[in-house]
Amino acid sequence: MLKEKYQMEIDDIISRYPVKRSALLPLLYLAQRDEGFISEAAMKEIAGLLRLTPPQVYETVTFYTMLNLKRVGKFHLQVCKSLMCALAGSDTVIAWVKTKLGIGPGETTADGLFTLSVVECLAACGTAPMMQVNDDYYERLTEERFDRILTDLKRDGNCSLKTGPFMWPEAPNVK
Amino acid sequence: MPKHELILLKNMMQPGYTGSLQDYERTGGYQSLRKVVGKVPPAAVTGMVMKSGLRGRGGAGFPTGVKWNFLPKDYTGPKYLCCNADESEPGTFKDRQLIERDPHQILEGIILTCYAIGAETAYIYIRGEFVLGARILEQAIAEARTAGYVGTNILGSGITANVWVHRGAGAYICGEETALLESLEGKRGLPRFKPPFPATNGLYNKPTVVNNIETLANIPYIIGRGPEWFASIGSPPKSTGTRVFCVSGHVKWPGNYEVPMGVTFRELIYEHAGGMRSDKPLKAFIPGGASAPFLTPNHLDVKLDFESVAAAGSMLGSGGVTAMEEGTDMVWAALRLMEFFYHESCGKCSPCREGSSWLVQTMRRIVAKRGQMEDLETLVDLCKNIEGRTVCAFGDASVAPIMSTLKHWRSEYVTLIQEAEAANLIKLEPVGARH
Repeated sequence: MLKEKYQMEIDDIISRYPVKRSALLPLLYLAQRDEGFISEAAMKEIAGLLRLTPPQVYETVTFYTMLNLKRVGKFHLQVCKSLMCALAGSDTVIAWVKTKLGIGPGETTADGLFTLSVVECLAACGTAPMMQVNDDYYERLTEERFDRILTDLKRDGNCSLKTGPFMWPEAPNVK
Repeated sequence: MPKHELILLKNMMQPGYTGSLQDYERTGGYQSLRKVVGKVPPAAVTGMVMKSGLRGRGGAGFPTGVKWNFLPKDYTGPKYLCCNADESEPGTFKDRQLIERDPHQILEGIILTCYAIGAETAYIYIRGEFVLGARILEQAIAEARTAGYVGTNILGSGITANVWVHRGAGAYICGEETALLESLEGKRGLPRFKPPFPATNGLYNKPTVVNNIETLANIPYIIGRGPEWFASIGSPPKSTGTRVFCVSGHVKWPGNYEVPMGVTFRELIYEHAGGMRSDKPLKAFIPGGASAPFLTPNHLDVKLDFESVAAAGSMLGSGGVTAMEEGTDMVWAALRLMEFFYHESCGKCSPCREGSSWLVQTMRRIVAKRGQMEDLETLVDLCKNIEGRTVCAFGDASVAPIMSTLKHWRSEYVTLIQEAEAANLIKLEPVGARH
């Protein structure tokens, strides 16, 4: 149960809003962080915490693409395919995923490590092509960088190629 | 050295600038807040912003001071400020940089705005994918709280200004101000019918101001250096100040460039962004994010201000400029954007929900060389039945790519269809509404 585990965090979140329902998205994120996806049990519990009906929670969950109702792989690869990334070769990135991991959009590798989602604009158009892996952005992808990201993620669960606080172009390149 | 004076990107361009509270204070940060809080009446702050000519940087370009002034004056209950950091317009990535590199600049703008409009609570609605950005903002708020800039009794003035970060969860429409409010209330992000406007019936049905992050980041400088200074920059009287333009696509140096409003697309694309990436010339560009109609190289000398771009038949929108080189398939490009709008349509209004799906199907058919000439009529017919017939501006935006590519590059559509006809494929019934 979320309440026993995260009592203080839940109280803190709810205290920020004059109307309880506003805490719905933050609590759904909390549930997703806990289990990796949003389970029916979590939705029912959150409904109780916010004095909502379970359908009110469900109708909200189903509107937002970042809330997963199904389990995803340990690393959720989200490749942007909107026009700005497509101009810079995002379709090639999706093809790399297919050849290197054997998965297409919406599929998960057999070992449960990687899930591919093809998504719309993630606000990194100047550094395209790009993908988001869980919480991190990886930008200006080349095949070499892409291979390193996969290798590092498999080995360490992390990769130093992820973007830190974003600035592009970086200061010295500005005329 | 940059050719133009920087305002918003100035701090972060300094070597070693981390965006911490100490760094920001060292550059003169929070001096505007100190100058104003408890000393200058809130109405005078709004007056300064009106005088500066600042217009919203999110897309619509509505005068910021006028928006603040719409709040009922005699209302004593709670009012809210919602900061729109949903940044989801394809082609736009400026807010991300402003948030992650200089969060206190935004925060000072937020607190000044809270003071001006009399709001005790501000919510920063940040798009869900910006996990790092949300973390950086929360860190900055904690620092500012410790320093007495945020919270109850800020700077000993007796005034309360609380700021909270609220993460969205991946819906483009939540950048629309009323959908943002619905989402912040924990509901599906469906835009509300206007009027009533958020100024009177906003968050929790209370008077609310919704401003873009870049708009708010300008406030400390308008207060600090004076509205006259701000109004003298750019393309006065209607488009004042600088804007951070996001250049993407087939240019040599894509990225964020802050320039005064009123420079030309030619300067932005060929000087700042270094011109095209290869020897292929420019074929088309989008001047203000995916919602803005495409323009052609003939429009390169159009000025980057609200009126000039509108006169050229497009809009300055969110400031996302995407360049496409010769050889880019414009029908394919329009389809890519249409797929975006189809995916992101919230489903509230039938013309947009159904129309975007039909448009995508028709476009896919043409791109797959299975189209027929009647499809072009169908496209226009569908577009005209979406435009102006929806609750929010999404409907108008979603038809921009197809309408503008049909206007400028109709021959490319025709060629694809002629190829289909030449291949003598089976004649299909036209997809789309017939009247």
